[in-house]
Amino acid sequence: MAYVAVKGGERAIAAAHSWLAETRRGDTSLPELTTGQIAGQLGLAVDRVMGEGSCYDRDLAALAIRQARGDMIEAAFLLRAYRTTLPRFAHTEPLDTGAMAVRRRISATYKDLPGGQMLGPTFDYTHRLLDFAMAAGTAPEAEPDGMKMAPVAGILAGEGLLQDEPDGPDMPGDLTREPLLFPAGRDVRLQALARGDEGFLLALGYSTQRGYGNTHPFVGEIRMGEVAVEIVPPELGFVIDIGDITVTECDMVNQFAGSKTAPPQFTRGYGLVFGHAERKAMAMSLVDRAMRADELGEDVTAPAQDIEFVLYHCDNVEATGFVEHLKLPHYVDFQSELETIRRMRADAMAEERAEAAE
Amino acid sequence: MSEGYNFAYLDEQTKRMIRRALLKAVAIPGHQVPFGAREMPLPYGWGTGGIQVTAAVLGPEDRLKVIDQGADDTTNAVSIRAFFARVADVATTTRTEDATVIQTRHRIPETELTEGQIIVYQVPIPEPLFKLEPSRAATRRMHALADYGLMHVRLYEDIARYGHVAIAYNYPVMVNGRYLMAPSPIPAFDNPKMHMMPALQLFGAGREKRIYAVPPYTEVRSLDFDDHPFRATRAPHRCALCGSGHTYLDEVVTDDRGGRMYVCSDTDWCERTREAA
Repeated sequence: MAYVAVKGGERAIAAAHSWLAETRRGDTSLPELTTGQIAGQLGLAVDRVMGEGSCYDRDLAALAIRQARGDMIEAAFLLRAYRTTLPRFAHTEPLDTGAMAVRRRISATYKDLPGGQMLGPTFDYTHRLLDFAMAAGTAPEAEPDGMKMAPVAGILAGEGLLQDEPDGPDMPGDLTREPLLFPAGRDVRLQALARGDEGFLLALGYSTQRGYGNTHPFVGEIRMGEVAVEIVPPELGFVIDIGDITVTECDMVNQFAGSKTAPPQFTRGYGLVFGHAERKAMAMSLVDRAMRADELGEDVTAPAQDIEFVLYHCDNVEATGFVEHLKLPHYVDFQSELETIRRMRADAMAEERAEAAE
Repeated sequence: MSEGYNFAYLDEQTKRMIRRALLKAVAIPGHQVPFGAREMPLPYGWGTGGIQVTAAVLGPEDRLKVIDQGADDTTNAVSIRAFFARVADVATTTRTEDATVIQTRHRIPETELTEGQIIVYQVPIPEPLFKLEPSRAATRRMHALADYGLMHVRLYEDIARYGHVAIAYNYPVMVNGRYLMAPSPIPAFDNPKMHMMPALQLFGAGREKRIYAVPPYTEVRSLDFDDHPFRATRAPHRCALCGSGHTYLDEVVTDDRGGRMYVCSDTDWCERTREAA
């Protein structure tokens, strides 16, 4: 490719992009994918892109996935770059996930509980055997309506066994408007995690389970379903419902031995993400809990407990930008490095020769 | 039986490899033997180690019982039992004494196991020292030297701070007076059942790629101190269904106003006790 010929770069870029468009389209004897098909049949990919792209819009996320040829980080990047152009005209009231129309709710801490365990649409307990019959097409059953269920956290809290959560700030921070500063409050940390890369958080959460930052986690509850989004427009002064969104929430309950100021009790890690994104919500809640080490008087020894480390590296759009910038031209810097190395080698060799002569 | 798959899913070469690891594990009780764990059609952490061990020891004549949290009817137990019924066409049972192979997650049945039975534990983390030393290279050396001071200090610190050892499950045990072993996350209540058990105990950790074993009639001691002997604890209630007063109980939330009931976690035991009454 004409990468080196900087002055001819314009034509090279145009040619590369039309090649990209052709490659994206694939075999023209097959029909083109529609964004509706992606939104409907690759729903979990759409959910992930909405979460990491910080923008709840299934159609736009589907378009981003198609445009990105299925590269999820590229798709999240596209969606974020669109989102950043939108005005922020209001902030919502806190979501009442307790009032969620639940499609899936499980607790690993209680065998049975009010409302019961509800598996919902899950890969859990499927046998991972390729279903060759699926090519023939399947006729799924209609989805039942969601139902209301009381949150599990209330059960433990009623007995005083669950840590009290301090109130957050009246106006939570917003990383899309303000820079990340340290010490970072939990509101900002949770926002960063909710936007963070699923794979990175998964690996960090996993590391806490393998001894790098001890946690003793139990899934108090995972719930997925629809919640109402409400705002209070200042000109009205009362709450109005602007629509429903699908979210996945994870309440991870952790054993805590107590400290000088708190009795032994269970502490919490929290995860909340757009769409059906259970792995992400669980990983998020593990990492959230790990990052509370300092607050709870635990030693900070592991990567997942290091707030700066986690927050500065969990954003895949930032990370991919900086890692991939390495393929940009670096001729000038490299030239200066070359000269330095040559000078140092010359000095070192001169010293060696002088020593050998002695 | 599923077409296109060998008996019990794994190919015979893989089963042979696992059996060699099992033989070594039985020969050195409590020692973790690395093995070439395979990708399984169930996710890591959901019993892939146990499933591979079960697949390697299962024959067409066997009768399999699968429990999770002591119960035959929990979702993961149902799934694993269905898996073996599908890929091995093997007979299944919920009656503990009728089973020749019992795969378990987090419990040992209340019914005493007997000679000739095999109990296969699903193990998430085989390394008992991992919370004290995360590096597996370092813990391997500690096992080689039987250097278990760290764990004793951990227990001592618990006693100094709380007056007792605050480990409720996966309570470390010494096997045959030599190796410190993770009993898998069974409640400490179940630990004494491992001691001198007539059945063969096999442990499979798929993700961590380790197998270990306790042969029949082997000494398994929960780690403790002379002046602070090991104590098994359970919820101080009777089972609300069968009335048993010595079994391990699950707490079931019955309403959102603090209502609770306690029932046997071992569903087979509970049903049979009710039938007998």
